[in-house]
Amino acid sequence: MRAVLIMVAALFLISLGDGDTPACAGGLQPTVPKAKGGTCVRDAAFMRANHMNFLSHRRDASVREGRRALSEKLAGCLDCHAVAGSDGHAVGFDNPKHFCRACHDYAAVRIDCFECHNAKPGPLIRQSSASAGQAK
Amino acid sequence: MTGRRDFLAGAAALALTIAPGVTLYPMAQAALTSGPASAKNRWGMLIDANRCKADCSACVGACGEENAIGPAHGPAIQAQWIRKVDLRHKGSGRKLSLPVMCQHCAEPPCADVCPTGASFKRADGIVLVDKHRCIGCRYCMLACPYKARSFVHETVTDQAPHAPRGKGTVESCTLCVHRVDAGGTPACVEACAGLGHGAIIFGDLNDPTSEISKRLAEYPSAAIRADLGLDPGVRYQGL
Repeated sequence: MRAVLIMVAALFLISLGDGDTPACAGGLQPTVPKAKGGTCVRDAAFMRANHMNFLSHRRDASVREGRRALSEKLAGCLDCHAVAGSDGHAVGFDNPKHFCRACHDYAAVRIDCFECHNAKPGPLIRQSSASAGQAK
Repeated sequence: MTGRRDFLAGAAALALTIAPGVTLYPMAQAALTSGPASAKNRWGMLIDANRCKADCSACVGACGEENAIGPAHGPAIQAQWIRKVDLRHKGSGRKLSLPVMCQHCAEPPCADVCPTGASFKRADGIVLVDKHRCIGCRYCMLACPYKARSFVHETVTDQAPHAPRGKGTVESCTLCVHRVDAGGTPACVEACAGLGHGAIIFGDLNDPTSEISKRLAEYPSAAIRADLGLDPGVRYQGL
């Protein structure tokens, strides 16, 4: 029992000591950066619990079947939730301010999405006039 | 595999409360901008070696820019989705220059050997690496007779949003699948046409009215290593 108490106390102190990470502001709760834009594709409670299912479901649909979604995609998340750094540009995943890291650092969940995907919002896919008409 | 996903998608059409506080939600039927890829299409390219200029590498440059393939630390580990190959006939001395990329085989050996199902062929004939499943074993690179695939050796940053790339995975020409799904043509085709060379045309091999099908019907063409019977979607003229 004492060992458990010591562990809990240690964890509490660790979370307090990690004050540099914005995710741990106040020590106990992650601070989720505010998103721009109107409403999300689903309500916040649903997204909190299910965003990972959305992402893994959609990745098979778009990569393997070519069913590309209008808004329910990783790039869509980045468009609204990206956090601007001190230079005014969106921060990358190496920055603890990145909105994914805000919670995932706190929850100690390692995600590897951004080992391949760009963690910054990108411009829309370039479609030049020459490519507008697909050769049929 | 598709069958199981379809079943799950169908089952998820109803929100289901299986216990107090435990609810299975349906995944949204998202508004789609494209797809699903259909077996009615078979996307391919026809490369005219007579029109391809030996001193031009616009297609290679356009591919690199489109898919954000930056320079690597040394040529040995430089990713090549498309490359220019110069040929010279020993007897006659005739010189040829042409681009070679993933040939988008109908029977892709890369997909045959892939232990995880990462290498696969879409219904519309585009051969891709699903990097969510790729473990970087590089078996596909050995299997490909066209040396069309590259392994990513270094950490990648500043990827194009439509072309995720990451260390430890294998990659190759995607036929600019993001453009094709949006109704466009691959970046290399566009660059070649933009210079007035028009050495690469892109289109639907299954559509007899498409320009590529008409050209294939009218003029002789060849597949590289046709003896392997892989039925590539990339064909060559003037070899």
